[in-house]
Amino acid sequence: MTALIHITPKPDILDPQGRAVSSALHDLGYTEVSEVRIGRYITLEFDATAGQDPRPRLEEMCRRLLANINIETFKIEIQQ
Amino acid sequence: MTFGIVVFPGSNCDHDCYWGLKHELGLSVRFIWHRQRNLEGSDCIILPGGFAHGDYLRAGAIAQFSPVMDSVYQHAQKGKPVIGICNGFQVLTEIGLLPGALLRNDTQRFRHEPVRLRIERKDTRFTHAYNGASVIELPIAHGQGRYYAPAEIIEELEAGQQVLFRYCDAQGSLGAESNPNGSLQGIAGIMNRPGNVMGLMPHPERRMNARVGGADGRALFQSIATFG
Repeated sequence: MTALIHITPKPDILDPQGRAVSSALHDLGYTEVSEVRIGRYITLEFDATAGQDPRPRLEEMCRRLLANINIETFKIEIQQ
Repeated sequence: MTFGIVVFPGSNCDHDCYWGLKHELGLSVRFIWHRQRNLEGSDCIILPGGFAHGDYLRAGAIAQFSPVMDSVYQHAQKGKPVIGICNGFQVLTEIGLLPGALLRNDTQRFRHEPVRLRIERKDTRFTHAYNGASVIELPIAHGQGRYYAPAEIIEELEAGQQVLFRYCDAQGSLGAESNPNGSLQGIAGIMNRPGNVMGLMPHPERRMNARVGGADGRALFQSIATFG
């Protein structure tokens, strides 16, 4: 199976990278853009155990290594 | 007192630390490869600057799981000194020995320049040998040095007087102009509540001799070596 993991800075964290990209988009004329936030996207292949929900272990991976929960949030999607 | 400098793949200030401690201060020092668990009798552990494991994922994220870090964690839990410089500070926050996180500089640039720092306390094991002025100059060299922690953690740090260094101007005043990366409260270096673990973004090991730009880093290591 494949897990698609989105990691983004928490809403109250200033994201200077997103801010720079946002101003570049404005310079290109895309003035409708009000905010850009930049995170990471991870695809992770794993062997699923039959009858077992893979989510708890994936969440543990996010908390322990893939995301820093002090400053980031994560979202996991699972594809068969 | 023996200093042990942890060497991760990608560390690049390890030799500066070694040179400064051994040849400038005449202290006992050794390297500790990140795969080993034995700290070889080191009394103070230094996590040096650099780009451990290429800063992949996040700065310090992978280094926190190097085998040596189990032993470093235990060392700290026993109340023994551990310091993290720059990338080492990032590792200490990732592993949870120090609170908060170091985010990308608000300027979006890698900043490498001398900065002024105000020493907030001179009664700690890391700063007691600073006898002179309270404003010192050390270089920074980082892209991710913006100290951040939630408001309640910042409050705890301030209440516990755990902030040891802040970015300031020549007079010791704080302000946006003298803050190179957007750190909250101008924080450049903090210690943990018990006072045995310290992290800072500037590089004291690069200011060990006036012939190479300054000697304001010496007293930090001398403090550790002569504490207690």
